[in-house]
Amino acid sequence: MAGRLLTYEEKDTWIHRLSGVTKLAFFLLWSFTGMLTYDTRVLLVMLALSLVIFYMSKTEWKQVGMVFKFILLFLCLNLVAVYIFSPQQGTLIYGTSTVLVNLPGRYDLTVEQLFYEFNIMLKYLTVTPVVLMFIVTTNPSEFAASLNRIGISYNVGYAVAIALRYVPDVQSDFTKIKHAQEARGIEMSGKASVWERLKKMSMIIFPLIFSSMDRIDVVSNAMELRGFGKHKKRTWYKGRKLTKTDYMTLAFAAVFMIASLWITFADGNRFYNPFSR
Amino acid sequence: MNKKFGIKDVVAIGIGTALFIVLTNVQAPLGFIPNTSLQSRVAVLTFFSAIFGPIVGGVIGLVGHALGDALFYGSIWWSWVFPEAVFAIAVGIFAAKYKVKEGGFGKKEIILFNIVQVIGNVLAWLLVAPVLDILIYAEPAGKVFAQGVGATLGNVLVAGILGTLLMAAYSKVGAKSGSLSKED
Repeated sequence: MAGRLLTYEEKDTWIHRLSGVTKLAFFLLWSFTGMLTYDTRVLLVMLALSLVIFYMSKTEWKQVGMVFKFILLFLCLNLVAVYIFSPQQGTLIYGTSTVLVNLPGRYDLTVEQLFYEFNIMLKYLTVTPVVLMFIVTTNPSEFAASLNRIGISYNVGYAVAIALRYVPDVQSDFTKIKHAQEARGIEMSGKASVWERLKKMSMIIFPLIFSSMDRIDVVSNAMELRGFGKHKKRTWYKGRKLTKTDYMTLAFAAVFMIASLWITFADGNRFYNPFSR
Repeated sequence: MNKKFGIKDVVAIGIGTALFIVLTNVQAPLGFIPNTSLQSRVAVLTFFSAIFGPIVGGVIGLVGHALGDALFYGSIWWSWVFPEAVFAIAVGIFAAKYKVKEGGFGKKEIILFNIVQVIGNVLAWLLVAPVLDILIYAEPAGKVFAQGVGATLGNVLVAGILGTLLMAAYSKVGAKSGSLSKED
């Protein structure tokens, strides 16, 4: 599982040089836009743009390939589930029914349903490249520093920094505990009843959580000794000022969001309906 | 509230979130309903909320779920991020009543905790999550409520069994280390 986790990788592109906060804001605005709109035209533009941005960040396939395959699998499962639970959702939304293939019961395959599921797929795919990019291009320490710079309490910035900092440590603890339990003869994979699964799970989680509680004590004592939280401000090693590119990116994201929401809701609802005209 | 928010809470949020993220992938499928399973990270969230309270729990739920989704799945389902915080806050509000740190996590507290966690789970996964799914992603109601039932069931099981056991175990250990008091 260690191989699958995405991590930051140092590179020199304009996207890497952007402040972490800019990227976070961009990503939040982007994903909210993607979340709210169901307008196929907007989604297609977003997909094209996010692929362009993704290309510019010089992210390589080997950095994200595994995760991306997993997302596709997830997406397919979801699309199938939507069809199984609600094969006529497309008709319900777009108001017409153009049967493509006659199937038993209510499972008639309609063009509307295919179009609706195509939109769901687009919605996922527009956000994915941006998330992947945010993670592989943002330095965790710089991110915490820039959170503080935009006025968020440094306690919060520090909590986020600690989280990102300790993910690899906790992960290596996890692997050690898992190997130790396997060495004791506890089989972690394979099929078992729900109760058996919970029992196996607890064999890893209990040591992991209790050693983490110790870690919390150690880290917070160390921070207390160094006077953390004594003053209202603190300085950052990785702090960075917002540049012109940052402001332009933010402006673009905001304008894009407003424009796409305006286009989406101009006709009264969030769906683009090609069937009514 | 601000005054009580100390260094330990900051660190607890950080490390709790890290734990939550790492355990994102440690889960066992519950059955046929897609995207729902027995998630070990729920035990972490339950435990941290019950010990450090609603703020720490809520932030771990929010940040942990968002980051974990992003790191492992490359996409964030916001409609499932917020319920995580709802659940954590529900459990965390009564943190002081469980008396875990004082070593007093007995029968009465176990019952209280389980009532709270069931209500919290139902509120989060059977109400908030499906409603957000419908509002945000316009997914069919039948599917999201089926997922909601699956998630509620899985999470009640994990929080009820693993959560209770964790708290009971920690309560026994915690009594010794918590017996010293600060001199002012």
